[in-house]
Order: sequence, then structure tokens, then C-alpha cells
Amino acid sequence: MYPDERVARLITENFIPARVHVKDQAADFQRFGERYDAQWTPTIIFLDPDGVERHRIEGFLPNDDFLAQLMVGLGQLAFRRGDFTTAERWFQRVVDTLPKTDAAPEAQYWAGVSRYKGSGDPAALGATAKAFSDRYQDSTWAKKASIWK
Amino acid sequence: MNIDWRHDIDRVLTDAKARNKYVLLDFSAAPM
Repeated sequence: MYPDERVARLITENFIPARVHVKDQAADFQRFGERYDAQWTPTIIFLDPDGVERHRIEGFLPNDDFLAQLMVGLGQLAFRRGDFTTAERWFQRVVDTLPKTDAAPEAQYWAGVSRYKGSGDPAALGATAKAFSDRYQDSTWAKKASIWK
Repeated sequence: MNIDWRHDIDRVLTDAKARNKYVLLDFSAAPM
């Protein structure tokens, strides 16, 4: 995952990257593992500036899927701080650039929610529900959006 | 491009708050 140039660049440009190794930092792993409920490796936790978890990835993912999850996490970080424009941009980037990843349906859902939260226009939700009739129809996220039709 | 992972987690959390930065915290078993 990490040797991928796109992954490394996205992490370097957007985060302070921090690592706790299960064996080489056993005391830290126990301490911070308990604090953030990390019980398996790899577990990658997205923290806001106050140290509050906003997203996590558990288990290995291929490069494209990992990259998509990083973008979803950045979207969630922006969403939780009320920056809906930035959140929508990250979510939409997943749908536009990594549409075949497992994260794409989730990103399409949250892009619509972000658009609605930023604009207050319910049409954003209706448009999102309609988008799910074109793709990702069988996803859990399509079911969640179906109420907006 | 290599990722410059930090291992001083307490300091990382302090820096993140001071600099208003996000943290990607990787619990790993990969060879270091």
C-alpha cells in the first residue's frame, strides 16, 4: 500500500503520518491500541487535530482501494468539522477517479449528503438517489439513498 | 516518495493540535 506513489503523496500532503509497531513498540502499541481500540494490524486510524477518531481502515487493501479509503477518510474529516465543500470534493474524487473500488458507493452517498449539508437544497439528495439507479444499485449505500427518491 | 513516519505519538498528537493537522495513525506489524 505505502510504496504506491499516489498513496505516499496523499498521506504526506494531508497528514502527520505516525506509526506504532506491534513488536518494536510493544508498550506504545498496548497503550495507544487500548486508547483507540486497535486490536488488529494493520489498523489505520484517521484523527482530527484534537486526536478524535473520524475514520478507520482495518486490514490490508490493494492500492486503489486503499487510496479510495484515504480519500473517504479525508472527506469524513472535513465533513465532521463542517467543511462540506471540501468533504464533497474528496468524496466525489473517489467516484470520479476510482469508481470501481469498494469505497466508491459509500463516497457517492456521502458526496450527496455533503452537497445537501452545504447547500440546504434537498434536490441534492434526490439527485444522489437517482445516481444510484445508474450505478452501484446493489450496494448498501443505494438502499440508504433509496428513501430520498 | 517515502513517507516519513513518526513514532513519538504523544508529540505527534501535541503537534497536530498546535498546527491544526490531521494524523494518520498506523498500527502496524510490517517490518520496519
